[in-house]
Amino acid sequence: MANISTLNTTAAGFDAVSSRLASGPSGRKPRRMLSTRNIVLYGTLTVAALYYLLPLYVMVVTSLKGMPEVRLGNIFSPPMEITFEPWVKAWAQACTGLNCDGLSRGFWNSVRILVPSVVVSIAVASVSGYALANWRFKGAELFFSILIIGAFIPYQVMIYPIVIVLRELGIYGTLTGLVIVHTIFGMPILTLLFRNYFASLPVELFKAARIDGAGFWQIYFRIMLPMSLPIFVVAMILQVTGIWNDFLFGVVFTRPDTYPMTVQLNNIVNSVQGVKEYNVNMAATLLTGAVPLIVYFLSGRLFVRGIAAGAVKG
Amino acid sequence: MAAHAPTGRPNQLFRNLNAKIASIPMMLVALVIFLGGTLWTVFYSFTNSRLLPRLNFVGLDQYERLWASSRWIISIQNLAIYGILSLIFSLVIGFMLAALMDQKIRFENAFRTIFLYPFALSFIVTGLVWQWVLNPEFGIQSVIRSLGWTSFAFDPLYDPDIVIYGILIAALWQGTGLVMCLMLAGLRGIDEDIWKAARVDGIPMWKTYLLIIIPMMRPVFITTLVIIASGIVKVYDLVVAQTSGGPGNASEVPAKYVYDYMFQAQNLGQGFAASTMMLLTVAIIVVPWAYLEFGGRKRG
Repeated sequence: MANISTLNTTAAGFDAVSSRLASGPSGRKPRRMLSTRNIVLYGTLTVAALYYLLPLYVMVVTSLKGMPEVRLGNIFSPPMEITFEPWVKAWAQACTGLNCDGLSRGFWNSVRILVPSVVVSIAVASVSGYALANWRFKGAELFFSILIIGAFIPYQVMIYPIVIVLRELGIYGTLTGLVIVHTIFGMPILTLLFRNYFASLPVELFKAARIDGAGFWQIYFRIMLPMSLPIFVVAMILQVTGIWNDFLFGVVFTRPDTYPMTVQLNNIVNSVQGVKEYNVNMAATLLTGAVPLIVYFLSGRLFVRGIAAGAVKG
Repeated sequence: MAAHAPTGRPNQLFRNLNAKIASIPMMLVALVIFLGGTLWTVFYSFTNSRLLPRLNFVGLDQYERLWASSRWIISIQNLAIYGILSLIFSLVIGFMLAALMDQKIRFENAFRTIFLYPFALSFIVTGLVWQWVLNPEFGIQSVIRSLGWTSFAFDPLYDPDIVIYGILIAALWQGTGLVMCLMLAGLRGIDEDIWKAARVDGIPMWKTYLLIIIPMMRPVFITTLVIIASGIVKVYDLVVAQTSGGPGNASEVPAKYVYDYMFQAQNLGQGFAASTMMLLTVAIIVVPWAYLEFGGRKRG
């Protein structure tokens, strides 16, 4: 049996080959894997990739070493004895000023800032984008233009007037104040994102809903919202990484006990008192970078889409 | 639902009433913060406000003091060096990486993920990592010395003359991935037939890139340029984390000058004047671009 089947396949293979020979060469000319071109191409890319990966590697390796080993060895050598103590210390014991409860405080502050800021900024911007795309009114484009031009104005120019406004409202230094600030500065890019997305949806849907008697909010919640989940995810990625990574607004608009993680991290690492514990510093740095990195690795292509959407003005 | 008057022409003000109500936050932000706030700062930069903003006009005094301050001059020089070099390098590196990635390579996703991940990290994290990698006692310098080249010196963070290059290295690490992504998108937008035509005519690949592809990608280059440039003017956290402006004030930048004068030195007038200069810098970059981009389109 076995023999016959082998024979059959061989015969079939021979048939295929002969017919192919008869009709001449087809398909691509096979390329050698190890051509000079490929070696240069992949070589360059790999070297570049190593350069980009190096700091991450150094961070991980340093954070897993004990201090004596850090002092002895070089920064690239893998740890001889893996210890998680720097991580524990960075999370729960590192000092900023008089507080010695580690980065965990900054982490939770950042979470408390992040969640309402992301929700509010996306809600406000998506509604604005929806109004701009589907319910144009006189002057809307003018406001939108100011908004887009405003995206280029350095924050330093607008920061003090905002301080005054928030102080007048009695919310300077509070979480509400910071949420408002993040909403303001997230607005140009997010509004643009949503406006362009809503404008790309088939307008017939909108018209049909209007004929059926649906109003502004009804169309937004029943039709636009369910149809635009991808863009909401993109906006969320943009905002989560952006707000988590913010430093300037955190410094200006919060008080020391509500500092976000980035500010606290900087204070821990760049504090002048005490012996520098590089392993703890690197663990703390990794902990702070972990949230946007996780978002980045999980979101993959959507992240790229988000920044491309943010970059290419419509 | 849009409110309609029951008879006759609907009142213009109440047309799309809900849309207008929903746009109130946007209007407020545009008018009060972006327009109002900017004008307010420019206006108060002509006063001698110190701890609190005061309407006591002193003409151009703040600007004279600003340009007489050595710290501001250093800041501007640093910004110029950093800005020009990071524009050139990030465009060149970003484009070359994109061109390599566009050769129908394997593992494209893996390479892209690696090149882009620093962009997800904050400038604080970037600055602190590079502070460690460039640490003279433990970092690259000591590693290369321990390999036998004992006179090797690369200590940008403690040498006032080259500290700005240390910051540049970190900034390029963080930002070139984004440029690569934008360029790659631009390259992918180019018609395959162009490549075929160039190949038929026997034009070498580098020449095709230089003479055909890059001119075709002009809009992508300009957009990228504007994005990088407006980011450069804002550079602040990276310097704070990596060097805190040191050694001495060798790595100061304008954004840090503004912050320090507004919130630490209690000299608001100086802060306002410095931030107005920043605004001017951005305007010099953005206005010609906006004119080319949007003014040209209307005519065309």
